[in-house]
This record gives sequence, C-alpha cells and structure tokens, in this order.
Amino acid sequence: MSEKGTVVAEKASEMDLVYCRPESLLDVRMHYCPGCGHTTTHKILMEVIDQLNIQEETIGVAPVGCAVLAYEYLNVDMHQAAHGRATAVATGIKAVQPDKYVFTYQGDGDLAAIGTAETIHSANRGENFLIIFINNGIYGMTGGQMAPTTPIGEKTATSPYGRDKKTAGAPIDITNLLAQLPGTFYATRQAVHSANAVRKTKKALIKAFEYQKLDKGLCIVEVVSNCPSGWKLTPYESNEWMKEHMMTIYPLGDIKTPSKEDLLS
Amino acid sequence: MTEETIIAGFGGQGVLSMGMLLAYGGVIENQEVSWMPSYGPEMRGGTANCIVINGDEPISSPIVSRFDSVVAFNQPSLDKFEAAVKPGGLLLYEEEAILNPPTRTDITIIAVPAAKAAIELKNQKVTNLVMLGAFLKAKGIIKPQTAVKALYKVLPERHHKLIPLNEKALKRGAELVRGEITAN
Amino acid sequence: MSEVLFMKGNEALAEAAIRAGLDAYFGYPITPQSEILEYLTAQIPKRGGVVLQAESEVAAINMIYGAAGAGSRVMTTTSSPGFSLMQEGISYIASAQLPCLLANVVRGGPGLGTIQPSQGDYFQATKGGGHGDYYMIVLAPSTVQEMADFVYLGFDLADKYRTPVMILADGALGQGMEKVTFPDYDPAARKIAKPWATTGKTPDRERNVITSLYLQPEKMEELNLVLQKKYNTIRQNEILWEEYLTDDAEVLFTAFGLAARIVRKTIQLAREKGIKAGLFRPKTVWPFPYKCLNELAHQVDLIQDIELNAGQMVEDVRLGVEGATPVFFHGRMGGMIPTPEEVLEKMEANLATVRGRNGRPKEDVR
Ligand SMILES: Cc1ncc(C[n+]2csc(CCOP(=O)(O)OP(=O)(O)O)c2C)c(N)n1
Ligand code: SF4
Repeated sequence: MSEKGTVVAEKASEMDLVYCRPESLLDVRMHYCPGCGHTTTHKILMEVIDQLNIQEETIGVAPVGCAVLAYEYLNVDMHQAAHGRATAVATGIKAVQPDKYVFTYQGDGDLAAIGTAETIHSANRGENFLIIFINNGIYGMTGGQMAPTTPIGEKTATSPYGRDKKTAGAPIDITNLLAQLPGTFYATRQAVHSANAVRKTKKALIKAFEYQKLDKGLCIVEVVSNCPSGWKLTPYESNEWMKEHMMTIYPLGDIKTPSKEDLLS
Repeated sequence: MTEETIIAGFGGQGVLSMGMLLAYGGVIENQEVSWMPSYGPEMRGGTANCIVINGDEPISSPIVSRFDSVVAFNQPSLDKFEAAVKPGGLLLYEEEAILNPPTRTDITIIAVPAAKAAIELKNQKVTNLVMLGAFLKAKGIIKPQTAVKALYKVLPERHHKLIPLNEKALKRGAELVRGEITAN
Repeated sequence: MSEVLFMKGNEALAEAAIRAGLDAYFGYPITPQSEILEYLTAQIPKRGGVVLQAESEVAAINMIYGAAGAGSRVMTTTSSPGFSLMQEGISYIASAQLPCLLANVVRGGPGLGTIQPSQGDYFQATKGGGHGDYYMIVLAPSTVQEMADFVYLGFDLADKYRTPVMILADGALGQGMEKVTFPDYDPAARKIAKPWATTGKTPDRERNVITSLYLQPEKMEELNLVLQKKYNTIRQNEILWEEYLTDDAEVLFTAFGLAARIVRKTIQLAREKGIKAGLFRPKTVWPFPYKCLNELAHQVDLIQDIELNAGQMVEDVRLGVEGATPVFFHGRMGGMIPTPEEVLEKMEANLATVRGRNGRPKEDVR
C-alpha cells in the first residue's frame, strides 16, 4: 500500500480496513450514471497515482463528453479541453512542463471522431503523454447518439435502424490504428467490468505512467466500457452486452508493447 | 383564460410526460399551448420540470416565473416552487414524497397520495397519471376524456396496451380530490 | 390549411426541411439541437434524401460546401461551439456563392459554457463570424411555427441570392413544444436551376469551378464588389420585422427570438398598469430593419432593448435610432433568462429617469 494510503488507513482500525477511497480522488458525489465504467476508471486512475506517489507531478486533461467534469473528481492539476482537442492541449502542456506526468482522459466521440486528427498527429509526433481512452461505443453525454466505435447494426438515437456499414462505415479500432505509428510506444486495451479486469487495467496504467519517464513516445490505454443509460440497459445487462458485442470487435489485451531494447536504450 | 402550470420532480418520475399530456390535451381542445422542458444531462437522476401554458390566445412567453399551479413530485421541487404560486393559485404535491409540507395560507394546497394509489393499481409508473387525474379535477384545464385521447398521441404505439391502466389511474386521481377549485 | 401538429422547435425545423425538399443533411450531435439529426436519421431513409452524421462540425460544413456546390438543397444545424468551428467553411461558402441553410440553436457561452438558451451569438451571426467581408441572411424565429416557416424562406432566399442563410434560434425554441402547421409548398416548383453547379461537364457548357481563390487582388476585389452589390440588394428587398401594439406605444421594447416572447408578456403586464408599451421585433437580424425602427423611435419616450446576452443587438438598435430617443439595455447571460416581471421593473425605472421622477411629461426633459 502507498504511503498516502497508509495515512488514511491509520484512521480506521487497520484490521477492519478492506477498502478506502484513493487519497487523490476528491470526496464528492460523481454525476455518472449508476454502473458506469467512468466511475471505476476514475477510481483506479487515482489509486495508481497514489501508488506511484505522483499526485504533485501530474497534470490531466478532461475531454468534452461524460467525463467533462473529471476535474471535479481528480485531485490533480487539470485542464478542460474543447471537444476533441485534448491531445493538442496535452501537447502544449508537455512541451512546457516536460518533467510532469501528463494524461488525457477521452471518450470515443471525443478521441475518435472530432479529435481524430489531433489524436493521430500526437501519436505520430511521438508525444510523451498518456491517453486514457474510454470506449463505450456511444455518445453518452449528448444522449446516446452513434459513435465512430458503435457496433454494426446497433440502434442509437442517430442510427434508429441500426448502424449501417454502408453509410456509417465499420466501427473504428483507433487504438490499433495508433499502434501502427512509430510514435506510439505502448498501446493496450483493457476493461473495468470485473475485479480481474480492474487489476489488469491498473497494471497497464502503472506501466504507462512509468514509460513516461523514458520519454519514448505516446502511451494509450483503451478501456472498453459500458453506457447503461445510452444503451438503455441495466448496469448488469450492459456488462453482459459489452462482453458479447464490444469485446468481440475490441478484444482485450496488449496491442503494442515495447521491446527489451526499447526499454533499455 | 391563460393557465400557467409547472410540473416538477425527479427525472424518471414522469414529470415531462404529465406535462405533455396536459399540453396535447390542450391542442385537442383547440387551445393555444406551449410546453417547455428543462433539458440536458443534469436531468440524469437530478430534477426535471416542464412549464405548460394553456390559453385561448397565442402564448406570449413560454417561460414564466410565477404560476397559477405548481405540481411537485419531490421535496426540492416543492421548496423551489412554493413561493412561485400566484396568490390564490394551486399547489398540488405527491404526499409521500414530502416531509416538510408547504406553509402558505394564500393558496389552495392539495396533497395527493398518488404513489400509494399507483401501487394499489400495481404499477408505480402511473403515479404521474394519478397526479394528472387529481390536477384536472382541481383545475378543469382540459377534460379527463381529452387526457385519454392525448395518451394515444404521447405514448408510443407499443405501449398503447397500457392505456386502460392509465385511464384507471386518471380516474383514481380524480377521486382523490374532493371538487373543482375555481381560480379567483 | 394542413393539420395542426404539436412539436418541438427542433423537430419542426427538421420536418420543414424535408417538406422543403432537403436533398442532403450533414451534422454532428450537440445539445440542445441533437433532435434535428435524430429526427432526420429516422425520417430521411423513409422519405428520401441523404443524412450523414459527420465526425465533426468542421467536416459537416465542408460536406455542405461540397454538396451545395454540386447543386443540392442542403442544410446543417448545430449549436454555439459547433457553429464556431464552422466559421472557416462558411466564409468559403459565402465567397464561392453557394446556397445553403444553416441553423445555430444557441446555448450560453463563451467557451463550452452551458446548454441553456442564450442569444450570445448575435455578433457572430450578423457581423461576419468568419474571415473576410461577407454576410449571411440571418432569420431569427420567435416561435416553433417560425422555426418551420423560416426553413422554407431560408432555402428560397439562399437559392435566390446564392448565399448562405442561417436561422438563429436558441435552446428554448429548439426544446419547447408548440403548435405548428406546415404550408403547402412544392419543392419541385420552387427549386431553381443551378447552371453553375458541378454536375459533370457536358459538351454544351464550359466546366464549372467552385472556388474562393482569386490570387490576383484585382480579381479578388471584383468578387468582393459582386458580393457587396448582392448584399445591398438583400438590404433593400429582404428586411422583415414585426410590430406588436406599437400604434399607441409610448415605450418601445426591442427584442428578437425568445427574448421577444418574454417581452410580449411584459407588455401585457405593463398595459395592465396603464403603460402603453409595444414591441419591435426584427425577424431578419441581418439585414437589420434600421429605417423602420428609426421611424418608430420618434414616437416613443424610450426604447428598452432586451436580450439574452451582454448587449449585442442593442448596437444595431442604436444605429437605427440615431439618438432620436434614449435607448436602454437589459440582458441576462450564460443561459439565464430574464423574467417578464424583471423586464418590467427595469423598463419602469428607466422610464422614471426619462420622464423625471415626479412624473413630468416628456417635453420637460427634452
Ligand atoms: C464542437 C462541439 N461539438 C459537439 C459537442 C457536443 N458533445 C458533447 S460530448 C459529445 C460526445 C461525447 O461522446 P464520447 O466522447 O464518446 O464520450 P461519452 O460521453 O460517451 O463518455 C458531443 C458530441 C460539443 N461540446 N462541442
Ligand atoms: S451516459 Fe453513459 S457514459 Fe455517461 S455517465 Fe451515463 S452511463 Fe456513463
């Protein structure tokens, strides 16, 4: 357990403590819908920041999307970017604060529709920051419209007859696309729907933050997530649906990992 | 005649659709009507309301701040809008949802056990219809039969099988109010 | 007349567009107007035409540039942040003289702001917005009925002048429901030939080029002169406004869109108190009805301008009034909406100042 975590732990009887809020996560009520993956991802992100003890050295960028208010919850210095521009904003931050840990936190509409150009060019420049990419296959914030990542045939507010590949194209696998670029150092796809998945995502986040010290290029951690409200399902159903319809087109696992030489040189 | 009504509660309590029925009813009865919802993601689990104006002349402002009637489905809405009832106006509220009842003495106040009635009808979702039934009994803005006609417009076709239940809820609501209160 | 329907402003606008012969729509979701894209994605597959969700507003406006240049009746709609993104494209469209209909269902800014209704984009809409010397015809609806009516008008004006036309609405007009009827309108009869469009070069004509690039300044100035001449014709022919209870008015409100609705209620309240108040409402905010306002200005003790912003149209009001009578401004910003009572109070305070606190007649002050 981290030093900070220990301080909190001392307040409770040590034996009883099985869980505590990460120190870097503000003690406020989140606006996310019940069962939404954003909440878990926020929590483990801050657990990782606590564990690495980098709260004071971290600067985050919130997107436009359901996570637009991330700065209300994440107790680190934060920027709020225009829709899709988070990686450009992060590029600016990292350029003048190269010693800081910089991350963006973006949804699929933000990162893979309106922000595609910024995303790809940040990767192509090999920007040395971390993208946390929440892929829930829909526009949650604006009320359930089709996203570039929406599965074929899926009905949304703007694909009422189901996503048609002919007019809307196939769901875009942007993490895979980014992995093709030499500037991308680490690309992985994880999830937060089970204890096991959460453990793996935490490991990925820790790696990604540590790689930032190496100054080797962009890291992206995609989190395949759910949107019970947008999908019009209960939290439980949404996780089942996600396993069946999302994880089949977005299989979990590492997509690009650094080689031994990469890590040494 | 101009009747300015606000209906307020939590998102998901059927606040917007109750307003919609009142508005559609007005259209069916050839009134001038406007329906103005609060909107946006803050409604997720938060508060929602709609202003419905029924009149016999074109509606001037669809957004007003003082109301002939307030229908409150929860405590925050009651707290927020009690003061906005015009003197002599009507404040109708869902009885069980309210811990601190209203205190004004210059308006008519009716507590409606709508949620309880809906549970008796074996579907909590019709709480808003019970409230509408009660409201229309107190304020004859539209005829109850018109509200039933409006149901056919407001409910998507696949839910039309629920209309008899909704009709029952409307009737039950009317029974919960003693008589029509005419605005002065 | 056709059936009376009860619709949201956003839906009425979308339905009117289909009935007006919309060939193609390109847009990106944004509150408070996503219902337009949602309505069209549900209806167009059944009724014909193209509807496409773009990856951004930048893409959407350039799709419009393409489809308008290729001769189609096209529309895009968005809300404030999205409209800012479209400015580059609109400048190109104005320069290339392409007809299209744009709608901005305005929300409170600046920045990401709020999704609540606002009129904060008046300057952007009426004074250019993008780079270079251009204007759009800007229609400002005040009712759901006008959300529909201005679609037909907008398409016709766009074709007539080969210019972008925009509808400047706001979140409340988009989200609120009112009665609406759709006029008889035969798109086939109204659409005009577009010999300049890129429909494929046939042997009987020169090739058509859609461009806004004229490297030689002489040529670029020539184009500018053409544009300016067109704008002057529009200024002469296409001014629309509405007056409400102005005949005997001693106090004149000026307001557009939603603010004008609030003012109508204020006028009822004022008249109940014996204050003869009236309303002057521009329906075209570009071109602005300066002259007609000037005539009315001479008849009243004061003008009270009401807007959902920090005071934008009031600059045009002052230009029109030319000092003929005092002009006061009251507005709320960032998605806040003034109440009719608040507006009345402001106006009464200003009236007292103008008339002198002891109620002397206006001659004494002048
Ligand atoms: C320029 C601009 N266009 C559109 C919007 C409206 N908008 C807000 S969030 C959003 C999409 C959010 O979807 P996503 O990025 O997938 O995140 P989620 O809400 O699903 O977490 C859109 C289109 C905006 N704010 N700015
Ligand atoms: S709308 Fe979807 S993504 Fe947004 S908070 Fe709710 S469940 Fe999560």
